[in-house]
Amino acid sequence: MEFIYKGRGISKFIGEGEAIVSKKPFSFFGGVDPKTGIIIDKNHDLYGESIVGKVFIFPKGKGSTVGSYIIYQLKKNKKHPSAIINKESEPIIAIGCIIAEIPLVDKLEVDPISNIKNGDYLIVDGINGIVRRIIKNEAMGNDKRSSSWLCSHIENRKGCY
Amino acid sequence: MYLTKEEEKMLDGEYGLAIQKAIQILVAIGDIFEAEYLINIESAQISGVSYYNIGDAGLEFLEEFSNLNAKVVVKSTLNPCGMDLDRWREMGIDQEYYEKQMRIIKAFEKMGVEITCTCTPYFVGNIPRSGSHIAWSESSAVVFANSVLNAKTNREGGPSALASAIIGKTPYYGLHKDENRLPNFLVKIETNLKTNLDFSLLGYTIGRLIPSSIPYIYGLKNYDVDKLKALSAALATSGNISMFHFKGKIKDKLEKLTIDKKELEISREMLSMNGEPDLICIGCPHCSYNEILYLAKAVKKKKLKKNYGLWIWTSKGVFLRAYKHVKILENAGCKVFKDTCMVVYPIKLSGYKHMASNSCKAVNYVASISGLKASLIELSDVFSKFFE
Repeated sequence: MEFIYKGRGISKFIGEGEAIVSKKPFSFFGGVDPKTGIIIDKNHDLYGESIVGKVFIFPKGKGSTVGSYIIYQLKKNKKHPSAIINKESEPIIAIGCIIAEIPLVDKLEVDPISNIKNGDYLIVDGINGIVRRIIKNEAMGNDKRSSSWLCSHIENRKGCY
Repeated sequence: MYLTKEEEKMLDGEYGLAIQKAIQILVAIGDIFEAEYLINIESAQISGVSYYNIGDAGLEFLEEFSNLNAKVVVKSTLNPCGMDLDRWREMGIDQEYYEKQMRIIKAFEKMGVEITCTCTPYFVGNIPRSGSHIAWSESSAVVFANSVLNAKTNREGGPSALASAIIGKTPYYGLHKDENRLPNFLVKIETNLKTNLDFSLLGYTIGRLIPSSIPYIYGLKNYDVDKLKALSAALATSGNISMFHFKGKIKDKLEKLTIDKKELEISREMLSMNGEPDLICIGCPHCSYNEILYLAKAVKKKKLKKNYGLWIWTSKGVFLRAYKHVKILENAGCKVFKDTCMVVYPIKLSGYKHMASNSCKAVNYVASISGLKASLIELSDVFSKFFE
């Protein structure tokens, strides 16, 4: 099953991956290890989980502006999320995504935190502010070709991982 | 957001990658805050300089960004870095840290930023005209610029101030618009404020009680530039306050807040820790020429007691101008460091255990990030207890 959600493209790149969803505002500075992409904030609901190659969904950024640089460092170390979706963006995450060339979409027409589940497959188009959500079910569960197949359905394939 | 043809070209990459990235940042911020367009700025103050704060992540970005031949197009000054650029060895800084800090400084230098390394750019020649638009980071300077200098700036972060410096513009929203600069709280003071610490406590208390306001502080007396600097820094420490009013008349009826001695004492209590301080730090924000002069007069012919430190923090600009007085302070056993401060330098390396300062901002951040204990202290107590 596939849904299309409209939102606002803040960082204008395209990426895709499995969703990893958090209910808590997030600080990349002190929140994630830039060498591994694993969440190290012990008070976070995703503590110990990896965000590498995933579409990271959380309400909004918080904390030090150094967080922008941590997102850049994750990208350089190839441990970055493939896209970020916020309920409402703020400058720390936005700047980090722009300098690291990671798509960022916010203000979706549905609440991404209650609607999108861990493991849903998402294609995030930051250029047009659109998120496509493919719900994992038994029929699709092990379909390895879905990623490239979906990619070919996006007009602008630049930045598609 | 509306963009001019020229700005569209920048966004399309016609002027290279550095300008493209910088304007992408401004457009994203403009989109987030629903700004209508970009406006020209006259100056920028850029934070995020200390290697201790921004680490390898910030270093790598700044270095690579400067290698794209990014250049600032307006007067741009720099926040304190993580060490005294000359006396770093004395501070316990090792060679590797020194080299990384210098790479950050060189990256900013390459981009055309003045290596002022101070949180008080208004003391070293970055004095915006009244009514001008600027893009400043460093929260204490933001409050001072909006409230005392009557320039207009939002509370920028380091990267957004840098992007603004490179494009020479900032998104037109928030405190750039006159209608958003009006006071929305009336603060009445029912206690006598005398010292810089009193003004710092006032700021901390207002920020604690009404953290998202633009206060009109009614009946503010006995103030000077240094006291307003202390007040500005503290307002931005406990709150998100970017501006206050203290002059002129107000037309609207505003919600009221009364601050008495008891409220100031609650703040003082919040910023106290048990034990005896062994390191006194003065200069948050960086000391002005007058403050250095005052301190030198107070300790002349005295000697700091053994096993205690008194570290004074200022800008290179003020340091050079006040050099005669700096010598007096050093002869009395104090150390006068420039380019950095107790908050952005890893003060654990000082070897002391408990810092005391007359600045709420310094105590707040040293207590939360450095591993040292931190408490407030009046200057008069410093002179009477720590000198012989």
